[in-house]
Amino acid sequence: MRERPGFVWAAPAAVFFAAFGIVPIAIVVYLSFTTWNGLGTPQWIGADNWSALLKDHDFPPSVRTTFFLTVGSWLVQTPLALLIGVWSAGNQRFRAVLSTIFFLPLLLSTAAIALVFVSLLDPNFGLAALWGKYLGTPDGNFLGDPTRALPTVVFVVAWQFVPFHTLLYQAATRQIPAMLYEASELDGAGRVRQFFSITLPQLRNTIIASSVMMLVGSVTVFESVLLLTNGGPGNDTKVLPLHMYQEGFIAFDMGYASVLAVLLVIVGTVLSVIVVRSTGYHRMTSDREGL
Amino acid sequence: MSADVLTRPEARTRSESPKRRRGRRNVNVPGGVAAVIWLLIVVVPIYFIVVTSVRSQEAYVADGPLDLPTSPTLTNYQHVIDLGFGTFLVNSLIVAAGTVVLVLVLALPTAYAIVRGQSRWVRMAFTLFLTGLAIPAQAVIIPIFLLITRLHLYDSLTAIILPTAAFSLPMAVLVLTSALRDVPGELYEAMTVDGAGQALIFRRLVLPLSRPALASIGIFSGLNAWNGILFPLVLTQSSEQRVLPLGLWNFQSQYGTDVPGLLAAVVLSALPVLALYLFGRRQLLSGLSAGFGK
Repeated sequence: MRERPGFVWAAPAAVFFAAFGIVPIAIVVYLSFTTWNGLGTPQWIGADNWSALLKDHDFPPSVRTTFFLTVGSWLVQTPLALLIGVWSAGNQRFRAVLSTIFFLPLLLSTAAIALVFVSLLDPNFGLAALWGKYLGTPDGNFLGDPTRALPTVVFVVAWQFVPFHTLLYQAATRQIPAMLYEASELDGAGRVRQFFSITLPQLRNTIIASSVMMLVGSVTVFESVLLLTNGGPGNDTKVLPLHMYQEGFIAFDMGYASVLAVLLVIVGTVLSVIVVRSTGYHRMTSDREGL
Repeated sequence: MSADVLTRPEARTRSESPKRRRGRRNVNVPGGVAAVIWLLIVVVPIYFIVVTSVRSQEAYVADGPLDLPTSPTLTNYQHVIDLGFGTFLVNSLIVAAGTVVLVLVLALPTAYAIVRGQSRWVRMAFTLFLTGLAIPAQAVIIPIFLLITRLHLYDSLTAIILPTAAFSLPMAVLVLTSALRDVPGELYEAMTVDGAGQALIFRRLVLPLSRPALASIGIFSGLNAWNGILFPLVLTQSSEQRVLPLGLWNFQSQYGTDVPGLLAAVVLSALPVLALYLFGRRQLLSGLSAGFGK
């Protein structure tokens, strides 16, 4: 009898995941060298799709839009989630009620949230018409205005995801051992000092995990943009994944869309490898060492 | 804004004397201010959804968006159910259930092999799933479309379930692996000494001990399936196979002016998750943050 479980136990899942997660990467690289309209058989055309990338006027703006959406999302969501997460880990009055309300957006799907905000930001009947003047937008046109559309998308994405990241920070803050604070108090550390010397370092792994999810999630954010603006006005909110989707499944140029998909794989992987490696998260070290 | 405050959450002061605790109550001013502002930002849209969903079409045009409804009505709900939201709801439930079953059945044996196995292949499988965490589903949607059409599964619920489950697997394996690592090795060894085979150890030891992690993973992958737009959008077409998110979108494109109807549909689509939230808040929240509990 074998003492240890063999590969047999892992094989079904590994084969299944390879079929839908790994093999497709090889296929998408192959498809980027073909012409294919979604029906019939892909035809090999060499590097034509790749040279088309240089002439695609929508490509550089879509990279720029993706970059601003990613950086904007991180800058908005991380401080908010950290602040509210640390705050809500305490035991002030009404905390249970407040937490319940905070997490309500988690009950709504991406589609529901995007469509609710389309209604809410309707310049004629929505709240935008009513409150727009207080936000420097008297015409209430948030999603249809070239300068306001992208920040509005960042806001809606934040509305959806801040509760989730708050949840991560709240849980992590509660696990910080009280004795760290007691010890620092004996040493005369003030509250600012405690936050920066204890709370932040203790939340390090959570900040990394949350940021990786946020960055990779923002680079590939697609559904929200599709439903909120469909890339408009003009192409002002057209992010890279949306560009790929439109080339592939609207224009049926699967070959060129595959080029964009390969770039997405590279960006996504490089981004998470850089963040994970540079922070040592993959070693899953404990932040309780020495306690 | 001064960081004066962000200091320590009160939870930790429990072990301290009552006097000290009183001293530091409500000191986190920036946190409190951010929380109150965010609270308003969360509450206003939710309030808008609920009151508008019980407004008549005429009242929606006439009233302000935040007025209390003068004559609340449930006709919007009736209307969207007549339009097939019952079917979409059932489809979404099938997709979510199918995904959960597939993920749990595949992930647990894998996690067991990773934690207890010693072969090189098992270590490679673990690397495979770790790598898989970084692969964005959007990037492989074209080859998945190709695969699904070649398998003659296009426009079926199975077409949604297979890739959705596959992309939930890496996280599921990771969470279950870290849960099983907490089981002391002596327990496995004791069973082995008693002559138990792998199958028996799996059934009697691994399965019961990983139950909380399985619940988290189930909720995590179920919500993934429930909220997914990309796979249904690309892999299905007919209204018989339509899931809730696409039903909502379709409703908005077809009846763009019927905002009360849309918001009634939004409320309906949130009810199953709300029920889950009310009856298993702890499990739901841990499922949402699957993998980051540690």
